[in-house]
Amino acid sequence: MGRIKRKLVQIMASIGTNGYFKGFYNGSIYNGDLKRICVPGLNCYSCPGALGFCPIGSLQLIISDVKYKFSFYVVGFLTLIGVLLGRFVCGWLCPFGLIEELLYKIPSPKLKVSKKFQKLKYLKYFILVIFVILMPMFWVNDMGIGFPTFCKYICPVGTLEGGIPLVILNKSLRSIVGFIFAWKVALLIIVIILSIIIFRPFCRFICPLGAIYSLFNPISVYRLDIDSSKCTECGNCAKKCKLDIEVYKNPNSLECIRCGECIDNCSNNAIKQDIL
Amino acid sequence: MRNKIRGIMFILGGIFIGLGVYRGEVERVLMKAINICLECVGIG
Repeated sequence: MGRIKRKLVQIMASIGTNGYFKGFYNGSIYNGDLKRICVPGLNCYSCPGALGFCPIGSLQLIISDVKYKFSFYVVGFLTLIGVLLGRFVCGWLCPFGLIEELLYKIPSPKLKVSKKFQKLKYLKYFILVIFVILMPMFWVNDMGIGFPTFCKYICPVGTLEGGIPLVILNKSLRSIVGFIFAWKVALLIIVIILSIIIFRPFCRFICPLGAIYSLFNPISVYRLDIDSSKCTECGNCAKKCKLDIEVYKNPNSLECIRCGECIDNCSNNAIKQDIL
Repeated sequence: MRNKIRGIMFILGGIFIGLGVYRGEVERVLMKAINICLECVGIG
């Protein structure tokens, strides 16, 4: 029941964030006032359906702007959402997270990430600092304006949600695609293949938004608690956790996306969701 | 202690949002978001 509820919320959040269906029909993007609103998940604002703006895209935009360099609005928004929800956003509200989970459902051999490769989780913090913050700030043109380096060189979400639909629907855009587009499509294909065999690889190792929200997991209002009077440390939660978290030891791990699998599988009912 | 940190971050978040709106950041993002970002989709 918990799984169905979460899937429904994910689907509704994805449709809600990308509800401008007319854009998919005529190859345009939404340009109304709702685009003043930041959405909590990673969702390219050049997606034909996107109704709001992407926090990571806009963070880079403001950082790379000559006039601003620091985005109070986006940082404030991420702080509020982070304090309230932490990585609950990743597990319940992010459209690309939903896509990765659907891909993982495709029958195939599945890979468990070894302890050595689990250290790759720090890569997302590196990407956040270098590609989202420092490069837009310091790699500037003659007019002192930077550009969104994460969006331009890495983000597969923009390619999947924006680049590919727009290129398919717009003849004029098809004539100007070049190496960067090919590179981004190649990256997207790699992420898709990895998502079929590993659970949420982009969220675990690459996503800078997940990196930001993860910092709030230990203090967020939405959190998990272990009832020590019921927990027998059987390790069943760790076995069921698709992100290899030892939940009974660290229920508010930076990696936890609050999917609830551990709660559903705890035979002693020792794991509780705590809101305040 | 956790509640104090939450409270401070909540207030800080609200202040930052207000500052961002005051500085015109929202309008700047709107101007970008209503046009196709060729860099974001890997075309330009």
